[in-house]
Amino acid sequence: MKKRLGVLMLALILVVVSVAGCSSGSTSKKDEVTKVGFIYVGPADDGGWSQAHDNGRAKMVENMGGKVETIVKENVPEEKSAVVSTIRDMVDQGCTIIYGTSYGFMDGMVEAAEEFPDVKFEHCSGYMTSDNMGTYFGKIEEPRYLSGIVAGLTTKTNKIAYVAAMPIPEVIRGINAFALGVKSVNPAATVNVSWTNTWYDPTVEKAAAEALIQQGCDVTAQHQDSTATMEAAKEAGKLSIGYDLSAATTMPEVYMTAPLWDFGGYYTDSVQSVIDGTWKSQQYWGGMNDGIVLLDDLTALAPGSAQAQVDTAEAAIKSGQLNIFSGELKDQTGAVIVSAGTKMTDEALLSMDWFVDNVVGSLK
Amino acid sequence: MLHIVKKDVPKTREKIVVRLSAVLAALAVASIIVLVAGANPIELYIGIVQGCFGSLYRFAATIEKMVPLLVLSLGVMVAFKMRFWNIGAEGQFLMGAVGTTLVVRLLPDLPLPLMLLLMIVVSFAFGAVWLMIPAFFKARFGTNETLFTLMLNYIALTLVTALQYDFWKDPAANGMPKIANLPENALLPSAGGFNLSILMAVIIVLAMYYFMNRSKIGFEIAVLGESENTARYIGINVTKTIIIAALVSGGLCGIVGMMQTTGVSGALSTEITGGLGFTAIIVAWLSGLKVPFVVVNSFAFAVLLQGASYIQTAFQIPGSVAEMIQAIILFFILGSEFVLQYRFVSDKTKSEVA
Repeated sequence: MKKRLGVLMLALILVVVSVAGCSSGSTSKKDEVTKVGFIYVGPADDGGWSQAHDNGRAKMVENMGGKVETIVKENVPEEKSAVVSTIRDMVDQGCTIIYGTSYGFMDGMVEAAEEFPDVKFEHCSGYMTSDNMGTYFGKIEEPRYLSGIVAGLTTKTNKIAYVAAMPIPEVIRGINAFALGVKSVNPAATVNVSWTNTWYDPTVEKAAAEALIQQGCDVTAQHQDSTATMEAAKEAGKLSIGYDLSAATTMPEVYMTAPLWDFGGYYTDSVQSVIDGTWKSQQYWGGMNDGIVLLDDLTALAPGSAQAQVDTAEAAIKSGQLNIFSGELKDQTGAVIVSAGTKMTDEALLSMDWFVDNVVGSLK
Repeated sequence: MLHIVKKDVPKTREKIVVRLSAVLAALAVASIIVLVAGANPIELYIGIVQGCFGSLYRFAATIEKMVPLLVLSLGVMVAFKMRFWNIGAEGQFLMGAVGTTLVVRLLPDLPLPLMLLLMIVVSFAFGAVWLMIPAFFKARFGTNETLFTLMLNYIALTLVTALQYDFWKDPAANGMPKIANLPENALLPSAGGFNLSILMAVIIVLAMYYFMNRSKIGFEIAVLGESENTARYIGINVTKTIIIAALVSGGLCGIVGMMQTTGVSGALSTEITGGLGFTAIIVAWLSGLKVPFVVVNSFAFAVLLQGASYIQTAFQIPGSVAEMIQAIILFFILGSEFVLQYRFVSDKTKSEVA
């Protein structure tokens, strides 16, 4: 009896398959449209990192008129097989360039780049490249340093909370830049780090923020993709530095400013170069001068003296007068890592694995 | 007031009608959400099928999703047959993957065939031990295995997290918490998107069919599931049967850890299970704990998973909508089981009858 049901199901599947086969044959694809794939680690409306990329994507689509079509896949885990199968899906659907926007996509993208030599790949925040795979990133540490100035001027308890995702160089660099910004205006304040081991998990992020606030922190900063840290600050009546996207309208009770991303220009140039046939594998690392990173306008919650100090520092960074990571820099043990008068090399910055001395927290 | 009353065993025709209408009703309800998301439901449903069978690659992707689910479901099925509620497939899967990775770390230079063979044995053992622990406590002290196996999932996950973020963290990954990718000599051979785990799954299906339906121990497991007293009365060694069933159940789930690590993911990580250990429970249960239906239903679930993944990219609907469609279909199918087994009786009709 049950066998008959099985046969029926099989027959049904076969019928549907043949119907599907016919319909797929009749649709013809337009050659002039370039298909672009975007892989996100969280939802496209996460209020942070993925949304910043999605805004950049939308800007690019607008700039390109009808010349491009984009395919987005949200919530892809940082696991090789998931990344590779997502990319196969996208290539299968005609994508000729694919942007992967999370660090942990690296292995999967490298493997897929080998599998599809005719497709272009760009990996945000990674360090591995090949003939058809480049990387792109921004010096978010520049606006982070500026946001540190705001936090340092704001704190009364001299304890600032920093909810951070993973102890990788990108995040560590951001924390150090922030801490140095704090130090430049308030040498007595400490930056207290809590790791969540996730880029996007509002529940975990919020719990980490609450714990830091209970330890006496009165300003929060974050390297997380959601607004949960600010949510915790709001409930506790504290103030916040955001990340990725402006939260001036979504978190008006706590939001002072945030280091922001603007990928629209980069995506437009990059996709245009694919269309023109001039795309080359490169390692793009733009700063505030290039517009890919910026500090949001300060809100009324920021201390009155902050604007002038931020403006001065911003001008100094843009002109090259101020190098955030120039000596003398000490690590948490007090050992001098960068001696006075020297600057850190790009290589040392990209593999940073130590905290400056006003950071409280472990590297694990 | 309404009362819920158990029904007689439903007739085949009723079963077919109810299940088919459940699927149709699910598609109808899901259509509303699809429309709200701005897509055409008919096109989308055809898209699901295209996403699974539209090309050789997509078919391979469907099979790749089916294989682990199939073997996990068979593992869960063995325990369920004995009324031993193994909710721990997820943890046994993870432990199998840990065992697999351990083999490579201890003996990195083994030739491929020997490596794979040893990995199969060790992953089976790791998965089996993970279920033997609650099985032992149940046989010896009568502890509740549902909670026990469920909790062991979290212990396994915590262990893998500790390995990934600390003990086995790849020093070459530049701070990224990941375990190093397996070397070439530890990867399942594959061709055209199909890897060797398919062959392993076929062998396991045949073996399990024999085990459940033809072997003495399979019979003993079934009897024990029906009634422990009957089992004792006819001289079945209850403790031994529980232990053997747990061995096979946990072992099969453990082997999935090996298949996925060496065939698909290429490295152990906390994300490796994708929640399949829990999906397997539904598959095994919907299949009435019968091997052939486990095969059919694993395939149907794989179609649902692959189709949902495909429509996200092909139709640009948000991932959450694809998940909602999946959930609605599942909800209706599970709901139809209720309709098949129970019926509502109101006080009014009751008193009228009386």
